[in-house]
Amino acid sequence: MSTHTEAGHHGPAKGISRWILTTNHKDIGTMYLVFSLIMLFIGGSMAFVIRAELFQPGLQLVMPEFFNQMTTMHGLIMVFGAVMPAFVGLANWQVPLMIGAPDMALPRLNNLSFWILPFAFSMLLATLLMPGGAPDFGWTFYAPLSTTYAPPSVTFFIFAIHMMGISSILGAINIIVTIFNMRAPGMKMMDLPLFVWTWLITAFLLIAVMPVLAAVVTMMLMDVHFGTSFFNAAGGGDPVLFQHVFWFFAHPEVYIMVLPAFGIVSQIVPTFARKPLFGYHSMVYATASIAILSFIVWAHHMFTVGMPLVGELFFMYSTMLIAVPTGVKVFNWVSTMFRGSMTFETPMLFAIAFIVLFTIGGLSGLMLAIAPADFQYHDTYFVVAHFHYVLVPGAVFGIIAGVYYWLPKWCGKMYDEKLGQWHFWLSFIGVNLTFFPMHFVGLAGMPRRIPDYALQFADFNMLTSLGAFLFGTTQLLFVYILIKTVRKGKPAPQLPWDGAKGLEWTVPTPAPYHTFATPPVFGDK
Amino acid sequence: MAQQPAYYVPPQSHWPIIAAASLFFTLGGMAVLLHALQQEGSGLMGRVMLISGLMILAGMLTGWFAAVINETRQDLYSPQLDRSFRYGMSWFIFSEVMFFFAFFGTLFYLRVFAVPWLGGEGDKGLANMLWPQFNAVWPLLEAPNPEQFPPIKEIIDPWHIPFLNTILLLSSSVTLWFSHKALKRNDRDRTKLWLGITILLGLTFLALQIYEYAKAYNELDLTLRSGVYGATFFMLTGFHGAHVTIGSLILIVILFRVYLGHFSAEKHFGFEAGAWYWHFVDVVWIFLFTTVYLL
Repeated sequence: MSTHTEAGHHGPAKGISRWILTTNHKDIGTMYLVFSLIMLFIGGSMAFVIRAELFQPGLQLVMPEFFNQMTTMHGLIMVFGAVMPAFVGLANWQVPLMIGAPDMALPRLNNLSFWILPFAFSMLLATLLMPGGAPDFGWTFYAPLSTTYAPPSVTFFIFAIHMMGISSILGAINIIVTIFNMRAPGMKMMDLPLFVWTWLITAFLLIAVMPVLAAVVTMMLMDVHFGTSFFNAAGGGDPVLFQHVFWFFAHPEVYIMVLPAFGIVSQIVPTFARKPLFGYHSMVYATASIAILSFIVWAHHMFTVGMPLVGELFFMYSTMLIAVPTGVKVFNWVSTMFRGSMTFETPMLFAIAFIVLFTIGGLSGLMLAIAPADFQYHDTYFVVAHFHYVLVPGAVFGIIAGVYYWLPKWCGKMYDEKLGQWHFWLSFIGVNLTFFPMHFVGLAGMPRRIPDYALQFADFNMLTSLGAFLFGTTQLLFVYILIKTVRKGKPAPQLPWDGAKGLEWTVPTPAPYHTFATPPVFGDK
Repeated sequence: MAQQPAYYVPPQSHWPIIAAASLFFTLGGMAVLLHALQQEGSGLMGRVMLISGLMILAGMLTGWFAAVINETRQDLYSPQLDRSFRYGMSWFIFSEVMFFFAFFGTLFYLRVFAVPWLGGEGDKGLANMLWPQFNAVWPLLEAPNPEQFPPIKEIIDPWHIPFLNTILLLSSSVTLWFSHKALKRNDRDRTKLWLGITILLGLTFLALQIYEYAKAYNELDLTLRSGVYGATFFMLTGFHGAHVTIGSLILIVILFRVYLGHFSAEKHFGFEAGAWYWHFVDVVWIFLFTTVYLL
């Protein structure tokens, strides 16, 4: 395979201007990943406050008002600040490398997409210091809690969301254009690595639904400041309308947060099973089906709000349909491992944990999809358990797996495998200790988003809190591993994983600042 | 041209960070201003932020586009990069489609579900017990609680200004097409003429729209505060009007560039992108005229 040429190019600029003015996809990818890690710790510290308060029944540490602000900000920061930017960072690093492109299609726009984020999150975090406090209406910001009864800081929240939306749309346009237009000569759509495929579909979802989020927060702004009545029945509006428009955005959004993780796992499992991915085509079609179905299932979040019966049935069946393509994916991952020559390095451990634990989250989702059963589960800790299983050992484990997998190529050094294993096992125990008991307290009726609870839930809540502290602290080990690798890791070979396939492994280690200035010819495998 | 570069990867640029900062000052300024007005403050700081944000935004757009225009005129762009711009613009328009889709969906939901339920009809007609005297009709002249949301005297007759505006906007799409045809023939005079007419039609549309808004507020009591009819009416027509304004600005810049001798019969993506945007805004109007004014 052809190597890169560096005619007419030079290395990175010196100093801070390298990062602020850069048009290099690797620099921008790094900034996204570091930003996301910082947000993970800010959002995580809010989870610490929540779990410390819930360690024992009764009000211990914080006032209920502040507790509400913590749950709200924790959700917003993790969704928009930690998970989404981490995936965009991985896409920035990997998509051009995996398709043999010199950079992203629109490099300056790429820089803009990133630099909007620090501004947006400064605005969001500043609300914590405002009179009346930060947003306290939950990350789903249902009207009228977020309109009539909102704290004054809601205005800043709205504009912060607008900025995040602009950033996501621009980033997604860039990724889609890169994938459609910048593939190495000879690389067809059905030759794309699955990480690229899942990101293509994710980018489509982002462009389709982020404008809907913009529309819904704009209507909120109008209701709060300009006297409209979109979400106020006194003027002929409907608070339930808010939920419809919000979930039309937010259901595809939850797939935005997990499809790229599917892609990462689909890259890692074949590498460490030393077998090609089982059912490549069905993986692509399953991903696309999940994306299309995500547009017609939104109201399963609203079964108890009072919808017509026809609506309940429609959304129940359409939701259950999603289990089919998801099942295809799980089947394919397991079949890829079947009779493979498996080894269990850190990325593979996280990937396998992803498959097992994401499936648990998927199955509890199926339980929640059944409308009559959902009447019992709605707004209990069972729901919290469900979406944390798909987001933490789902999305976050996927991201961590991807980072361990590609880190040697990025920085040219190998992480400490022993510490990586520690990181995995502590995270695995911590995550299950945190979220598994939530199923039980939820089924027993403990409501979510309340700072206090009845005595019979005390033991499980203490376990959950201990698990959360363990999981959170373990992530400091992750930071230590990353720093240690970059500072004094052992040099990594050209191909750190002997089963790894794909264009990204053909470039030298570490990947030079500019790669594929001349496109490689794809196909001579 | 000696050798087409493989793919133009621009050097470091200060425009993105300026763009991010301008966005922060514009939107942050709006937030500070609205927040202050809500707290009965003067909002001076918000105004200063907003105005400086908008000025940086305008400067940034001029500078960034000037940089891109310079690069394209130096022939740094390969056909592949031209394709990136085309794909990028198409997906951007798709995101705009989805933005309007959300508002049309809102109108649909309110008309078909929420308002009839409040009037006692259908599956959730129980909602009528909130305001038993409420009469669910569309156009909704009187909201369930008329004290909070004052009633509308009369709605706008679709067959006067709105119909005229429809004709104006539809013909502007045709004249823009003529202009494009002329550019492809390298007939620069006709290009300018038809483009100028398009811009005039667009500006007339906007003027009539402003006149209609003034009439709605002053004579018909049709305002943002008059319940969901007013809310959806101003939201949809307002965002559409904002897009016509942006489209007109784009076309004015394009006309200016035609006078400067930019574009060739074969390569004129700036022109085409502006035209795509204009046609998109036109299509939105057709839906808008039908669902907001007519039905």
